[in-house]
Amino acid sequence: MLALIARDIALARSQGGGLGAALGFILSVLVLVPLALGPDQALLQRLAPGIMWLSLLLSVLLTADRMFQQDYEDGSLDVMMMGHLPFEVVTLTKALAHWLTVSLPLAVIAPPLGLMLNLDIRQLPLLGLSMIAGSLALTMVASIGGAVTAGLRRGGLLSSLLILPLYVPVLIFGVAVTTSGTGADHSIPALTVLLAIAVISVVIAPWASAAALKAYLR
Amino acid sequence: MVDNTWFNRMANSTRLIAENLACERGGRVVFSNCSFELHAGEMMEVRGRNGAGKSSLLRLLAGLNTPAEGRIELENGKVNTSLAEQSHYIGHAEANKPALTVAQNLKFWAAFLEGTLTDVAFETFNLSKLKNDQALLLSAGQKRRLALARLIIAERLVWLLDEPTTGLDATSLVALQTVINRHLHAGGMVIAATHGDIGILAARHLQLGGVS
Amino acid sequence: MQQFANPTQFLKIANVVIPWTWIMTALLFAVGLYGALVTSPADYQQGETVRIIYVHVPAASLALIIYIAMAIFSAIAIIFRHPLADAAAKSAAPIGAVYCFLALATGSFWGKPMWGTWWVWDARLTSMFVLMLLYLGYIAVWHSIDEPHRAAAIARIVAIVGAINVPIVKFSVDWWNTLHQPASIIKLGGPSIDPSMLWPLLTMMTAYGFLFLTLHLTSVRSEIAARKLRQARLQDIGAADGL
Repeated sequence: MLALIARDIALARSQGGGLGAALGFILSVLVLVPLALGPDQALLQRLAPGIMWLSLLLSVLLTADRMFQQDYEDGSLDVMMMGHLPFEVVTLTKALAHWLTVSLPLAVIAPPLGLMLNLDIRQLPLLGLSMIAGSLALTMVASIGGAVTAGLRRGGLLSSLLILPLYVPVLIFGVAVTTSGTGADHSIPALTVLLAIAVISVVIAPWASAAALKAYLR
Repeated sequence: MVDNTWFNRMANSTRLIAENLACERGGRVVFSNCSFELHAGEMMEVRGRNGAGKSSLLRLLAGLNTPAEGRIELENGKVNTSLAEQSHYIGHAEANKPALTVAQNLKFWAAFLEGTLTDVAFETFNLSKLKNDQALLLSAGQKRRLALARLIIAERLVWLLDEPTTGLDATSLVALQTVINRHLHAGGMVIAATHGDIGILAARHLQLGGVS
Repeated sequence: MQQFANPTQFLKIANVVIPWTWIMTALLFAVGLYGALVTSPADYQQGETVRIIYVHVPAASLALIIYIAMAIFSAIAIIFRHPLADAAAKSAAPIGAVYCFLALATGSFWGKPMWGTWWVWDARLTSMFVLMLLYLGYIAVWHSIDEPHRAAAIARIVAIVGAINVPIVKFSVDWWNTLHQPASIIKLGGPSIDPSMLWPLLTMMTAYGFLFLTLHLTSVRSEIAARKLRQARLQDIGAADGL
């Protein structure tokens, strides 16, 4: 399991694509939003946490899409399925590696970028906290989409259609941590629910991904 | 790799039995009523025209697919261990990571398959000089050799080889023959799907589908 | 259970049952619509618009029930490897999606006079919308994966994961709704319903149920036919290469 995490991290580092491209994606969203909505500072400030959450969510979705595809195409998954590790552990491990290499760094880097949208600086710690807690759930859920479309040439659109409805709860509670704003009354429960969703996703996603991949390996 | 493998110590009593196997893919019966028996130290050649199900049979044995009918049983193998866990499967897709070096690739598989990576693994298939090259730089034959090196790094009773000679030059072919012979001698089993000739006298033959 | 396992057995039963369920559907709709449009009173607040609930509420409830049924069929396919379970789940999806769409559309029609706009992000409508997306995703899986066995295996997982998601979405959307607006607006189908409205509502719900049953049986029947056709074609391909 450790060997697999280490390999995936090494791969992510040598290919570099994931994190860099995702950051670029978030930055482009940051440019497009004021262009679309107008540069009104008050409006942007109100929308900033939500927009940051949306861009984090979409960037995780887009990078996690190919989580299993290469290993499926080059036969690595065949060999992994024959090993002593339960296949669910393999899918869990790969998702964790993705979380460590892409989603978690993004969740740490993205909140300060929100300042470009006039994000209230007092919201920064809460936004960061919510994103870190939510990023695990985002990765796990996206891994299901990656597994379900692993064998498809153009699976991106399908996996987005499948995953976005599953992101609804994460988005709602993630944004709620910061927008409840006025007091800490909503932040703590929202954060707790966010963590609960992360736990549920850690239980379900590896099973679902493994089952989907097995259908492709047959 | 030498003669003190665990399966050699089992007094050659292991047998792989397949009874009335049927394989279905996409709702189509690829083959049915496929039965064979393979003893320790024996090799079986699987032949058949395109689409007769050679690869499908190997994938069934590797546990990647489940038979639509029939049973596969390994007698006197390792206890509490599935056939898949006791097998190597080298398919068309070679499970090499292009971005990693030859050494990194083997090191990972050694860890994942709970084997050990020694210089022997590199030397056997003449990969020593390529150790630190990324796999994406390798030629087709070299990539195949890198995949075959997995046979060395972890000890497995059954080797499932799908067209193992594809892309190999004469020297590498000899290396493969040597490795297979040694494995059979140690009490291992080999099932190879092939169109050509591996150059080893197979104890058993299996013809899938009609004779082409 | 085993009785229906055999597709031929299923076909026999379906052929007998389908005409009767059609009759039941027609009768129930006739009675239900009569109750909904004639005998039931107009609402003192909502006026005649309230009659939309006889179309809206059954469609919404059935859409949810059908999705859960789909997930149960999928679970049966995984656990018991029942040969008809996948066909049952697959056939249910488009019907459920149409019910879901009907619920959304009538909700929107109802919203215009009540809220003054065609669409309000009310908790129920939002949850329904997400359910609609889950249906579309499930249907898209069947369309994107060519190989039917593989599509079936993947679709099962998608249905089950979606079903797990449904209550979580419901919970989170309700929570989100209370966060953004106090719950003072008029809800579609309030908590207390007069008996004069209840019986047409329940009749309509049963009618929707029977309509689903009829369409579903018909759809499963044609799914079996399509499967047989495919099988025959594959046999021909096998024969072409001298099997």
